[in-house]
Amino acid sequence: MTATAIAVARIDQLFAAVMLFGIYSLLSAALFVVMDAVDVAFTEAAVGAGIAIILMLGALALTTREQRPVPRRRHWVALAVVVATGSGLIYGTLDMPSYGDPGAPAHLHVIPRYLNQSMAEIGIPNVVTSVLASYRGYDTLGEIVVIFTAAVGVIGRLGVAPEITALVKSGGMQHHLILRITAKLMLPLIMVFALYVQFHGDFGPGGGFQAGVIFASAFILYGLVFGLEDATKVAPPPVVHVIAAAGVLLFALVGVAGLFLGGNYLDYGVLADEPTKGQHLGIMLVELGVGMTVAASMISLFFAYASYKPEE
Amino acid sequence: MEIFGLYNYWIVVVLMMIGLYVVVASGNLIKKIVGLNIFQTSVFILYISIGKLRGGTAPILLEEPAAYSNPLPHVLILTAIVVGVATTALGLALAVRIYGAYGTIEEEEIEEQEN
Repeated sequence: MTATAIAVARIDQLFAAVMLFGIYSLLSAALFVVMDAVDVAFTEAAVGAGIAIILMLGALALTTREQRPVPRRRHWVALAVVVATGSGLIYGTLDMPSYGDPGAPAHLHVIPRYLNQSMAEIGIPNVVTSVLASYRGYDTLGEIVVIFTAAVGVIGRLGVAPEITALVKSGGMQHHLILRITAKLMLPLIMVFALYVQFHGDFGPGGGFQAGVIFASAFILYGLVFGLEDATKVAPPPVVHVIAAAGVLLFALVGVAGLFLGGNYLDYGVLADEPTKGQHLGIMLVELGVGMTVAASMISLFFAYASYKPEE
Repeated sequence: MEIFGLYNYWIVVVLMMIGLYVVVASGNLIKKIVGLNIFQTSVFILYISIGKLRGGTAPILLEEPAAYSNPLPHVLILTAIVVGVATTALGLALAVRIYGAYGTIEEEEIEEQEN
């Protein structure tokens, strides 16, 4: 993994650097599984090795593929900065608890409550989902607002003109028979899998973030293979933008509904007769909101890159 | 050995420094963004490795009692990854616009044109 990172740093061809970065992401996803973070690994594999690469390649198609080689002097200056900072950081780690130590401070505060009582309080087995959607619902609401804002920013910078440029010229890769047939076979499977991940997030790894990204990748695959024109027919950009906004709104309104029923903001316990049932309902709605916003934001990011036409 | 129990942090530091090197040394804006992404992934690994518990398992509750790894870093990082790709996209969009305005994404060439 370190080797791929170094290769990314050294190579001057940007195309190769981006591809190596994809490998690097996939390796880090494997590392997350080793460290028991299955939800995180899921997200990293879908985002880092999928969507991020497509977006970077989109940006490369719109700019250049080569970088100027790093000047010698600058190389040594950078190396000096890096070595100095790095040794400082290594010195700092000497006081840290060792890897996997059960007595580390990180394992002693709030975590026992999440692990021991979330089954009684929330009633779903995947603790990551209960913390994400319920205990730390505010954070998650903030995060999806950031995603939404970033998507708005990109659309503002690049515009949404439905014109076709280099990335998806001449109807995508429609003339490749194998690609077309395989894509057709894959698309329904990807979408069904995304829905499974969306609604199974309570019991196993998964949830709105992962499902949203997987769902978006189905649309991006369609856009790449069948061309942007067809993709915008299936998912018209205005509709996608409305869905992105609606997801944020759904999340926020679930919180407000809790207020009206006599609870705190984003307290789902009051949404049904029993607190755990209310939690189930609340988490499902909130995850749906997350999934909608993430999927729609990713799709509109792709559209923005694919349809951007530089002014002559 | 006590000191070798810290190897996870050292891996993180090495990856982080590779990312920092790219950001400092490379004049190309897109390469800088790739470098930032390497840096970002190293921070993710730092958080997740802090959450790891020796002998622990993934934090999905089982019928019988078991030791679980810390779910809190997982939550933070899972959202951070998706936020990260959204902000990366914004950075790339800015680079594309800069290319439109200057015809280059090399820092030095942009500075030359500015002066």
